[in-house]
Amino acid sequence: MLKNVEYISLLIIPLFILFTVLYGTFKKVRVYDSFVTGAKEGPAIILNIFPYLVTIFVAIKGFQASGAFDYVKDAFYSLFAFLDIPIEAVSMAIIKPLSGSASTALFTDIVKTTGADSMATQMSAVIMGSAETTFYVLAVYLGAVSIKKTRYLVPVCLVSDFVGIAVAVVVTRWFF
Amino acid sequence: MNVLWLILLSVGIVFAIFTGNLEAFTKSIFDGAKSAVEISLYLLGIVSVWMGITRVLEDSGLIYRIAHLFKPIICRLFKNIPGDHPSITAITLNVLANLFGLGNAATPLGIKAMQELDALNEDKGTITPEMMTFIVLNTASIQLIPFSVIGILANYGHRNPAAVVLPVLIATAISAMTALLVLAIFRKVFKC
Repeated sequence: MLKNVEYISLLIIPLFILFTVLYGTFKKVRVYDSFVTGAKEGPAIILNIFPYLVTIFVAIKGFQASGAFDYVKDAFYSLFAFLDIPIEAVSMAIIKPLSGSASTALFTDIVKTTGADSMATQMSAVIMGSAETTFYVLAVYLGAVSIKKTRYLVPVCLVSDFVGIAVAVVVTRWFF
Repeated sequence: MNVLWLILLSVGIVFAIFTGNLEAFTKSIFDGAKSAVEISLYLLGIVSVWMGITRVLEDSGLIYRIAHLFKPIICRLFKNIPGDHPSITAITLNVLANLFGLGNAATPLGIKAMQELDALNEDKGTITPEMMTFIVLNTASIQLIPFSVIGILANYGHRNPAAVVLPVLIATAISAMTALLVLAIFRKVFKC
């Protein structure tokens, strides 16, 4: 079952590209020239995004390396101690919105140290699968069109992240 | 974002001073800059490819046909998108790519969607309600099957890695809906 779904998702992009160029040719579009014209936009977009990425990454990496991250983690852990959430899952919940590569590394580490079937692993797996690297998404999408005034978007994303993690914890408890 | 960035950075520096992690802190700043460069280079490749593909979609008119097809679904969430606007196609393709966990396609198509939504923006530089809905939908991570998580679990001898699929799906669905709800509440409070 899972293998089939995996195969289908591998098939989507190639089929989509094939259909696009065939349809274009059918509509008498010079697909090669058209593709080149489109691809030309790439560098300008990235040039817009890059400063946003540098700015947010510097702050996030610095925050992690300074040791402040560990304090925040411990604070959250003691704050929610009564819920009996494994500390590994707490780290996961805090790191996931900040950094994609760090959360993958952390998840691998949790699986290795607590075992593949532990509660910490299960909970982290659900958080990992159901949360997104919020700050990266914000930097890329806002940077792409140079949005400066974000109004209430950032608070909405943070509140949603928090709710999302609470949901992940409850759902994991319910399942395992 | 301004406040958040200031807090992350200054709290980081103060902690680095008190915990004696100054060297690690300084190094991490340049590590951060380096990963921004690496990710930008990676994005440069995939974004250019998808800009090429979507240009073919535009030139052939297919982008308007897809928009027409998905308008009834997409315009339920995005009320102020006119007719068969290309942004509908970009949003649809981004959502589909997210659902199937195609990260290499989702981000570039999301960027395309933001550009198309910005074309409708009368006050450039300020975010529109449609852009907010779109970004909130993306930060809520809508994904049918978390292949990367399953891969890691399988690697380390989990008895049944696929067992994670259903809880993730439920958690994702609930959190995506609550994210849209949170947005709606903020929208009511701020009255736009």
